[in-house]
Amino acid sequence: MKTPLGARHESIEDLSSSVAAKYAGFGILGVIAAIAVLGPTLAGESPYTQHLDRVLLPPGPGGLLGTDYLGRSNLARLAYAIRLSSGLAVVSVLSAAVPGTLLGLVAAWRGGWLDRVIALVADATLALPGLLFILLLLGFAPGTIWPFYVGLALALWVEYFRLVRASSAVLLASQQVEASHLLGFGLPYIIRRHLLPELMPMVLTVSTFGVVTAVLTMATAGYIGFGLRPPTAELGLMMSEAFPYWVEAPWLLAAPVLTLVLVVTALTLVAARRHE
Amino acid sequence: MTRLAAVLGWRLAQALVVAMAVGTMSFFLMRSLPGDMAYRIAASRYGLDMVTGAAAAAVRAELHLDRPAVEALALWWSNLLRLDLGVSAVTGRPVWSEIAEQLGHTARLAAAALTLSVILGIPTGFLAGLRPRSWLDRCSLALAVVFRATPPFLVGLFLIIGLSLRSGLAPAAGPDDAAGLALPALTLALGLAASSSRVARDAMARTAAAPFLEFARTKGLTDRAAVVRHALRNAATPVVAYLGVQLAFLLEGVVVVETLFAWPGIGHALVHALFGRDIPMVQGTVLVLGLGLVLLSTAVDIVCLVLDPRPRA
Repeated sequence: MKTPLGARHESIEDLSSSVAAKYAGFGILGVIAAIAVLGPTLAGESPYTQHLDRVLLPPGPGGLLGTDYLGRSNLARLAYAIRLSSGLAVVSVLSAAVPGTLLGLVAAWRGGWLDRVIALVADATLALPGLLFILLLLGFAPGTIWPFYVGLALALWVEYFRLVRASSAVLLASQQVEASHLLGFGLPYIIRRHLLPELMPMVLTVSTFGVVTAVLTMATAGYIGFGLRPPTAELGLMMSEAFPYWVEAPWLLAAPVLTLVLVVTALTLVAARRHE
Repeated sequence: MTRLAAVLGWRLAQALVVAMAVGTMSFFLMRSLPGDMAYRIAASRYGLDMVTGAAAAAVRAELHLDRPAVEALALWWSNLLRLDLGVSAVTGRPVWSEIAEQLGHTARLAAAALTLSVILGIPTGFLAGLRPRSWLDRCSLALAVVFRATPPFLVGLFLIIGLSLRSGLAPAAGPDDAAGLALPALTLALGLAASSSRVARDAMARTAAAPFLEFARTKGLTDRAAVVRHALRNAATPVVAYLGVQLAFLLEGVVVVETLFAWPGIGHALVHALFGRDIPMVQGTVLVLGLGLVLLSTAVDIVCLVLDPRPRA
């Protein structure tokens, strides 16, 4: 067995951390965003308009991405689905990142019992994965979108809290913060000048993965059938509606599937940290 | 021993908070349902034409629907603390006996998925880690990227199309035989193995570059002996610790995959209880899933303690 045990440990996941991969990620996201913005104009009709005389048309001059089993424009539906998913992702990630970061700062700054209590709540939250939260909340209002906002925010804040808590504790104990403190600068200044510049890149990376979670969760719920309801244009719903026609109209299934996989891959490429 | 006690105490507190949170949410869920709860539940239990005022009154007394909210919440909690999950609003059977039936199916699926993911992921990862940048490393990286970007329901969809509809190799639904287990377990295992193979790869690559392994070879051990005696245990700790992280993915995946493949486990029951607005079942299934996660995480903590008894810095 010839094993190069002495081989130097190379950078982890060099494929995804290369600059080219990052640009590819941004490129894919650009294309997806263009579909979301221009799609409805190009399709020229609403995602709900049915044309029962032209169902399951293949992609072509008639309808750019073909039509579904009710003759609705696949392109218009895809565009609205992307808008819906990205809107949900941005709102839920923001409403997790802001309180999570603030709680992390408070816990690191005050310490003591407050720190312990928040950490316990955070740990308990981890025992209930986001999907279970959302399912419980969906019990209150089936078929609506707010359980997704609330459930995702409730599930995602823990990561920000843990990250900010751990990093801030180290930073707050550092000499530069002590110097600032001795010079009479207050907490707001220390947070702005010492903590945020260090924390923001990490928070951004976590947020990108949060967007991935949000997009995947909503598509999963839509596909399984406990998410939004037809005729909403949503990625998971589009897949479950297209699945019975996968032989006759494979493009119908391919459009939302490819969109989902490409968005997730692109976000992963963009978020990949450089390992030195 | 103190570290073990600390782990157990923390996990116990976590379990209590989980139970309280789920219980309280279920309570308000119960109260928020539209219409007269007693009549609704009586209707779903006895059939629409069998609902009488007496039946509704019996249900109301049984579920404390006639008490003020604060008192009812206290009663709800005390029932929960006595591990009394109540009676399913749909079937009328105790929630525990319903769950006892489903738990076996879920455990079988989860165990099969974990085993399959360990068989697929860990050896691949270790081999790739011993030879960074080899073709095996690059292939497993590419596969890991693809499967991490594909959520379980899509993997399941592709497996159904490819293995079930196209070639008829495996049935798409049904828990009756080993073949029925194949697709749902594989669906979960591929997602799990995608991540764990990379963690195993990084752990092994780090260990392979460590000075103590260089020393083991310098003192005359063969490569194989050095890996088996020294590298494996050191590389195992991060892999086992990551298993704890993966449990949450497994739990979410179980809910999705059971629904997708009509697997009669707890996740499937949870989704159906939600559709039927059967709150005692919703509470029971979410509780068992959440507490199961805490229990398994505790087991992972203990294995990590045994593998690496050094006190943490």
